[in-house]
Amino acid sequence: MLAFLVSSIRLGMAFLFGSTGETITEKSGHLNLGIPGVMCVGASCGCFAEYLYLSEAGPNANYFLAVFIPIIATMLGGAVMGLIFSFLTVTLRANQNVTGLVLTTFGVGVSDYMIAETGAVYSKGSRFFTSSFPFAEDLGWFGEIFLSHGILIYLAIIIALVSSFVLTKTRVGLNLRAVGENPATADAAGINVSRYRYAATCIGCAIAGLGGLSFIMDYLNGNWEYCIDAIGWLAIALVIFTVWKPSVAIIGSIIFGALYIASSYITGVSFASKEIFKMLPYVVTIIVLVFTSIRNKRENQPPQSLGLSYFREER
Amino acid sequence: MKKMNFHIVKREPMAWYKSVLVRAAAIVAALLVSAVVITILTGKNPFEVYASMVSGAFGSSLRIWSLLQNTAILLCISLAVTPAFKMKFWNCGAEGQVLISGLATTAVMMFLGDSLPYPVLLLVMLAASVLAGVIWAVIPAFFKAMWNTNETLFTLMMNYVAIQFVAFFLKYFVKSGSGVLAPMPEHGLPVLAGQSYLLNIIIVVALTVLVYIYLKKTKQGYEISVVGESENTAKYIGINVRKVVVRTLVVSGALCGIAGLLLVGGTNHTISTTTVDGRGFTAIMVSWLGKFNPVYMVMTSFLIVFLQRGASQVSTDFRLPSAISDIVTGIILFFIIGCEFFLQYKILSAKNRKEND
Amino acid sequence: MAETAAIELKNISKYFGGKAANKNVNLSINTGEILSILGENGSGKTTLMNMIAGIYFPDEGQIFIDGKAVVIRSPKDAFKYKIGMIHQHFKLVDVFSATENIILGIENKEKYDLKAAAEKVKEICERYGFDIDPMKKIHEMSVSEKQTVEIIKVLYRGADILILDEPTAVLTPQETQKLFNVLRKMRDDGKSIIIITHKLHEVLSLSDKVAVLRKGEYVGTINTAEADESILTEMMVGKKVSLNIDRSEPENCEERLVIKNLNCVDREGVKVLNDVSFTAYSGEILGIAGIAGSGQRELLEAIAGLQKVNEGEILYNNPKTGECDNLRDKTPMQIRDLGVRLSFVPEDRLGMGLVGNMDIIDNMMLRSYRKGHSMFLERKGPRDLAEKIIKDLEVVTPDAKTPVRRLSGGNIQKILVGREIAAAPTVLMAAYPVRGLDIGASYTIYNLLNKQKEKGVAVIFVGEDLDVLIELCDRIIVIGSGSITGTVDARTATKEEIGLLMTKSAAHGGEAE
Repeated sequence: MLAFLVSSIRLGMAFLFGSTGETITEKSGHLNLGIPGVMCVGASCGCFAEYLYLSEAGPNANYFLAVFIPIIATMLGGAVMGLIFSFLTVTLRANQNVTGLVLTTFGVGVSDYMIAETGAVYSKGSRFFTSSFPFAEDLGWFGEIFLSHGILIYLAIIIALVSSFVLTKTRVGLNLRAVGENPATADAAGINVSRYRYAATCIGCAIAGLGGLSFIMDYLNGNWEYCIDAIGWLAIALVIFTVWKPSVAIIGSIIFGALYIASSYITGVSFASKEIFKMLPYVVTIIVLVFTSIRNKRENQPPQSLGLSYFREER
Repeated sequence: MKKMNFHIVKREPMAWYKSVLVRAAAIVAALLVSAVVITILTGKNPFEVYASMVSGAFGSSLRIWSLLQNTAILLCISLAVTPAFKMKFWNCGAEGQVLISGLATTAVMMFLGDSLPYPVLLLVMLAASVLAGVIWAVIPAFFKAMWNTNETLFTLMMNYVAIQFVAFFLKYFVKSGSGVLAPMPEHGLPVLAGQSYLLNIIIVVALTVLVYIYLKKTKQGYEISVVGESENTAKYIGINVRKVVVRTLVVSGALCGIAGLLLVGGTNHTISTTTVDGRGFTAIMVSWLGKFNPVYMVMTSFLIVFLQRGASQVSTDFRLPSAISDIVTGIILFFIIGCEFFLQYKILSAKNRKEND
Repeated sequence: MAETAAIELKNISKYFGGKAANKNVNLSINTGEILSILGENGSGKTTLMNMIAGIYFPDEGQIFIDGKAVVIRSPKDAFKYKIGMIHQHFKLVDVFSATENIILGIENKEKYDLKAAAEKVKEICERYGFDIDPMKKIHEMSVSEKQTVEIIKVLYRGADILILDEPTAVLTPQETQKLFNVLRKMRDDGKSIIIITHKLHEVLSLSDKVAVLRKGEYVGTINTAEADESILTEMMVGKKVSLNIDRSEPENCEERLVIKNLNCVDREGVKVLNDVSFTAYSGEILGIAGIAGSGQRELLEAIAGLQKVNEGEILYNNPKTGECDNLRDKTPMQIRDLGVRLSFVPEDRLGMGLVGNMDIIDNMMLRSYRKGHSMFLERKGPRDLAEKIIKDLEVVTPDAKTPVRRLSGGNIQKILVGREIAAAPTVLMAAYPVRGLDIGASYTIYNLLNKQKEKGVAVIFVGEDLDVLIELCDRIIVIGSGSITGTVDARTATKEEIGLLMTKSAAHGGEAE
């Protein structure tokens, strides 16, 4: 049971990065369906950087650099994807849905390519991400649940809390929300709509990219699996459940993590039936989607101009 | 004013030949960028790479048939999503709808293949695959119609549910436990004139014409346009929007069902979780880039399949990971999406602002 | 001029898609002055002001503030020069509170502190006599409260030049007077105020100077003291026009539509129509007056079968069969199948009445495409109708295949009204049919409505301009917060009387007196 909970948390943080990133992006009015691709690219950039660093440093690799370099590489990779998306949708005013879907195709391609070039096992690098507080073992279940994790787990929670604070309690957050709700109003108030959308999308993608890294390096202990895109779609769905609140997403992501791995913890069913249990996260997502739409409360609505381009001189 | 030396205005619609030129220019620019990318990645001469690409697509009669076959399947799925998209129903679930109807076809071939007479078997295959596709499409449509449930995510999730069904099926019924089902060409669609793909192609050509007529000339097609343009207008003139949403997704799902039939019954004669291979998503691009017009979609689907076949040839010839084809496709699509901007807007510099009127 | 103008425009021009929205406009306003910008709809007033506010950028010309040439490239630049604009369509974020909206986009070194900001908002309210709750969410506010938030927003930023775009369009005469008093107070406080309007009496009662625009061109500026209505009209329209609507006496009046105790609630459970009862007679124009958003839309949509009715009856007396049908809980289709010839010109032309991206022919087809049993469309009838409407109503369009979105507001409205009239209705409902139209097009629409009335159609006209309602209609019912607050005879009623009725039920009949 404890192992199940710990695994749920480890996987959940991949969702959390993704959904925090997408929430920030959506708050600016951008519906980025490219998040799965972004997470793939983030993961592969991080893994690739780690691979390069470790083959360079050999046994002398130091903890700080071994963690720091992949994180930066991941965020840069994500941000570049965000830049492509923003350039097409803000500057060239392309349809956001279509651009996002192409971004996913492109991102999956890029990451598969990079992985094929380096081999798909990064367990050497992974230990830097999974090493925990040394005293965690002494604290029993408490240590296991709260202190046994790698750095990305804590980073995910910190980023979610900081994003939540920025969105609700700061001027930048107010401006960003205004851009997503009503860009014409924000524009008239002197807020640079394009700049906010670019920034929110790139930052959001950089954060979402970390979700991919966390999935591979932490949850899978460095063994690449070609299913990051499924994680990405679920992360987007998580944004809706958690009503655009990264702080709520902390719990939501752990639940998603639990659903996703539940099939491997269920005993007494046949090998084939486990495939049925693997539907669980998707089916639950569908059910929650239906319930939130039936309830349909005003405060649970997406930003009003989500998915719409803004052109000041539109007539 | 000195600093601001350009700005953007909406333009009058362009003459058709100009818009073709802009699009062609975008594709050329995309190929150039892809060439640079490939050269950086491989150090090979890009012209060699493109030559290999063309040969991959047209190099032999087998390759040409394969090109046409793949175009037909992609076009069929694109035709399927088009009515839904025209209605602004973001059906991202073609992947699952095709897969589940492929599964239905497979099941019929496997369990009834030996017991039913061949013509009856074909009819049962058709009915099963269409029904499966319709069910998969109508579930999200129903919730969209009743409670406006987000259809993009709903259909995406349905894709994964379909994948898991196929995974379950393969693990449960393949006795060897390998999870790979041996092809059953003896129960497949008939082969015309010795060409195994000819029937597929003929069916898709017919569907293209039918979908074109359906969208442009029928009352139902007109209702789809009205609902897609403005739901309020639809209600105002007394269209039952819920009914139209569900009905359109029945059409969409049924076409996906036919695609599943062609893919399993007419091509692979077996199924795996990757049988559809992302075509459900590529179809969205084909449909959107073709402006939801079946005739333009013939061209866009051909272009994309050509690129993918070509790129996969490149990856074999130069020993590159096959993912290179996704990258090239992505780059080209980015350019085509981006070029729409130049069809709708123009950039004026301060100098030629007067020429504007 | 001896003193430097607070703001001066020289030879400003702006083009949209090759068409001039403003051409060589020259203007100036001094400190402590109220300037009216007068012009018909579509004459370029708003475009011009948007260039001062930084929303648009002029293609030609120069703007001077206190005698210095400036470049205003964005709303932010405009704030820098202490210019604030109150847009006709409020630029407010619905889910934010008043204070959040007011401080939106302000960049200064102070800490982000909503409470302190709310205090400052209260101070401004006290100084000028506004009354709002700084923490109230915009979507819970009335139109006049929203406007107050907009005004406080620019004052909060320390604006010295205020631009108001058609501020009275959504207000009752009483609210208008209150607003004008505030504006006068601000003028005496040393602020420069520019007010965009097309209402002559407002110009005359409020402003010091009037600048007139016509079809994007600058006609001239005169002092209000030297102006009267006929001079201004002539400047505005370019020729002498008699602004009279021929109103015939209602004939052969029969009860056509009887509404009894209608009650509706909206999606959030708020009552939007409260016990509404009235009768529309054939051969008369029944006006509906009220503040925007008082339930007019829901009332018409309930009759048309688009709004769920919770209580009450909608009875239609069929002149052909003599039967009486209840239209409640019927869909638009069922209503048509009953043989009820109900035409409806909705407020939202391109969002409801027409499809912007479709051409004129396909828009004609909206009403008629179901005819016949074939599954295929028949485009010949709609094409003929399109050609006929283009000819009869003088619609300016390249051809019938042009998407309606690309036509001007007046032409779009002609197509919509033309189509609705072509169905030979017995009841014709029109919501704000002249909104955004110039005088010529407006009168075309009034004449069409009058002709329908003479044919014996029961016309229901929802309007916002009380002068027009009084001139056009036979009877006027006044609606306030979803209830009918009174019925008056249009031939004898005064604007003030109607204005009082408009606010009456909002305060349950008490406070307004």
